[in-house]
Amino acid sequence: MTCQDHKDLMMAYLDDELNQEQRRTFEEHLASCPDCTRELKEFRKLKQMTDCVAFVEPEDRIWDQYWNNVYNRVERCTGWVLFSVAAIALFVYGGFKLIESVIQDPTVGLLMKIGLLALLGGLVILFVSVLRERVYFWTKDRYKDVRR
Amino acid sequence: MSGVCQEDMIALCDSRRSPREAFEAIARRHMKDAYFIALGLVGNQEDALELSQEAFYRAYKHYDQLVSKGKFFPWFYQILRNLCFSHLRKRRIRRADSLDDEDAGRPEPQMPDSFDPGMIAERNEAKDRVWNAISRLDEKHREVIILRHFQNMSYEEMSKVLFCNKGTVTSRLFYARQRLKEILDHQSGSPSAETGMWGRQEGGQTQ
Repeated sequence: MTCQDHKDLMMAYLDDELNQEQRRTFEEHLASCPDCTRELKEFRKLKQMTDCVAFVEPEDRIWDQYWNNVYNRVERCTGWVLFSVAAIALFVYGGFKLIESVIQDPTVGLLMKIGLLALLGGLVILFVSVLRERVYFWTKDRYKDVRR
Repeated sequence: MSGVCQEDMIALCDSRRSPREAFEAIARRHMKDAYFIALGLVGNQEDALELSQEAFYRAYKHYDQLVSKGKFFPWFYQILRNLCFSHLRKRRIRRADSLDDEDAGRPEPQMPDSFDPGMIAERNEAKDRVWNAISRLDEKHREVIILRHFQNMSYEEMSKVLFCNKGTVTSRLFYARQRLKEILDHQSGSPSAETGMWGRQEGGQTQ
């Protein structure tokens, strides 16, 4: 085995992840390789320095509120979905009734009726186009196929 | 973390709990790990809280997609790391966009602004330098350092959450530590051939 082959063993040796046989092999190599011995010493010092660093523990109130904050997101999402669906349904129904009354009104001119229908047709085309784009991006959502 | 999967299964199989309560029990078990991992990846408390809570929210939304409920944490970890990496990418883009011609000539800051040195407990110069160096690692290298040194994960546990084999974990850890060493060398102004912070002498002899 070359020194390069021992690099991976060095990390596992440093982190006490080697079995007895691997440990013995690596220690034999160390005894005959000053470069790996020096490198191991440097990595050991780095490990000691890194192990000394710890994060500040947040205040207890952060943990007390943690789940509530997650649950609030769930609740708000449900609220937004209900609100959006209801708003869209009401808007569509109201719009339909409005157009129906305009089309059936004999006092409204033909040109006005055609313009209104063209406006409606444009809106439908725009809506379908945006919806199709959204569906396309949704199917490509990076989190959709998170490995499990 | 070794008993985590079993405990998650117990929480889920408890018939007295509703699915929401079962998920809450799991979230409470993992919330500190999630927060500290996010903190290590993004560097400040506000973002770490926001991202770890968002990860739990997404996990809750898609919980029915998790086939093996006992493997919650590795699955959840993928959501969390994707969110953190995506957040870091957006932050980099925003920062690049905000740089005008006047700023372009300025030297690179010592530490990314978003990495708060106040997040380190019992601060001193050496610890600040290490945190600074960690903040300058690239994402994948910082990730293995955080999992190993801050979360005390074994290679086996790391291989599970990273969905790779132990050899890859070892190799990634080697390059991460090597890079960390280089950054610390550079910060202390001691090129590798000279006497440095590692107790090296000129010509590569050990002290």
